[in-house]
Amino acid sequence: MLAHETSPLKQTPLHALHLARGAKMVPFAGYDMPVQYAAGVLKEHLHTRKEAGLFDVSHMGQLALKAKSGKVADAALALEKLVPQDIVGVAPGRQRYAQFTNNDGGLLDDLMVANFGDHLFLVVNAACKAEDEAHLRANLSDACEIVSLADRALIALQGPKAESALAKLCADVGSMKFMDAGPRRVGDVDCFVSRSGYTGEDGFEISVPADKAEALVTALLDNPDVLPIGLGARDSLRLEAGLCLYGHDIDTTTTPVEGALEWSVQKVRRSGGARAGGFPGADKILVQFADGAARRRVGLKPDGRAPVREGAALFADAGSTEQIGKVTSGGFGPSLNAPVAMGYLPTALSAVGTTVFAEVRGQRLPLKVAATPFVPNTYKR
Amino acid sequence: MTTLYTSDHEWLRIEGDVATIGITDYAQSQLGDVVFVELPKVGRSLKKAEAAAVVESVKAASDVYAPITGEVVEVNDALAAEPALVNSDAGGKAWFFKLKIADKGELGGLMDEAAYAAHTA
Repeated sequence: MLAHETSPLKQTPLHALHLARGAKMVPFAGYDMPVQYAAGVLKEHLHTRKEAGLFDVSHMGQLALKAKSGKVADAALALEKLVPQDIVGVAPGRQRYAQFTNNDGGLLDDLMVANFGDHLFLVVNAACKAEDEAHLRANLSDACEIVSLADRALIALQGPKAESALAKLCADVGSMKFMDAGPRRVGDVDCFVSRSGYTGEDGFEISVPADKAEALVTALLDNPDVLPIGLGARDSLRLEAGLCLYGHDIDTTTTPVEGALEWSVQKVRRSGGARAGGFPGADKILVQFADGAARRRVGLKPDGRAPVREGAALFADAGSTEQIGKVTSGGFGPSLNAPVAMGYLPTALSAVGTTVFAEVRGQRLPLKVAATPFVPNTYKR
Repeated sequence: MTTLYTSDHEWLRIEGDVATIGITDYAQSQLGDVVFVELPKVGRSLKKAEAAAVVESVKAASDVYAPITGEVVEVNDALAAEPALVNSDAGGKAWFFKLKIADKGELGGLMDEAAYAAHTA
């Protein structure tokens, strides 16, 4: 996690609630954030998979993209200049995973894009939000108004009991499917609700005006099924779900193809598609779609019990001196009761079942390339 | 039998010329749920302050240092099978390893229980 900022830490609208509930706070992306509560990372993780967990993700950036023409399709067309995804094809009330690319085909950030009917709603990573907003303003200001929604909190409610917990405050959520998104009345507050998240579980993300956030979270936490969950378990949950953490598993040096994110680039933006290319780095990325890339992000399962963590060098065998790859995320998966990791390997060595070795404290530990998600997801499609 | 403590939150139980070493309850509470413990090999000679063992929680790995110089004469294999013992019984069943004390003079630099309590207060 990023913890190198020296300026005073910012607080989310839920900061006082975290302290009151016994959170251990750590610096993250410039914010003072809860890494865990009294239950601890392991129990918080398992509770989210079995019941429901509530996460404060208000540090993330929320933006509205409004076409000056008033037509959402024009905002979508404009955004397609910066991402390799089909945004025009995102129907009203739907959401899609996307990435901002750079001219080298690398990734400036990953984000969620929702079509709210008359404009687009974007959620971007906390550590990138200032750069992302500047990037949007620099490139799309001719066609679009870019509105920072800094006065809103964002919470995630995740797990098999998320729907029943949220339904007490918003009867409509039961009819939402995975990646549905739009304005919803939650209790007596106008929110934006999407059926999505970052745990591999069914669940919701709820954007709420900052001054209403604490009351909403308190109401949700009044339900005994729902526990507050810190960033520690958020990381172990997303790792088990095989989801990328920007700045670690993907960054400015990794393309969507290297990052094994081909599934997120729709055919209409690939070579031969009606709106092929037209995003930064398209020439490089589209060549990789045709020819493949030299390296690839893979899931990795250590044979033993020792966690293999971010930064560990990967080797083809126990004795070789030539490093072939690197672990980009790694730790212990509480639901698997085993260590899990992901990292980059030469594409020739990226097939599921391939054994490679990680160097950990001077020893070579065997790992096998594994399919992701490590834990099956439970999205309501 | 004397129990001594280090500022790195290890405890040593001294019986004759053997020290049994573990991490303190305070240390386990700071680490959180322990999921893996790596112990030194029996027969290894450890110098004071050398990394001797590793204890890993879900989030992070932490070194356990040899509080004194000595040879490893026994390790607690139960921790490999049940790392969570470190959380449930840090000061007892979750001992890490035993050292044959090389220089009893090194014990003089360690804290007694009252001093350690003040250190973590």
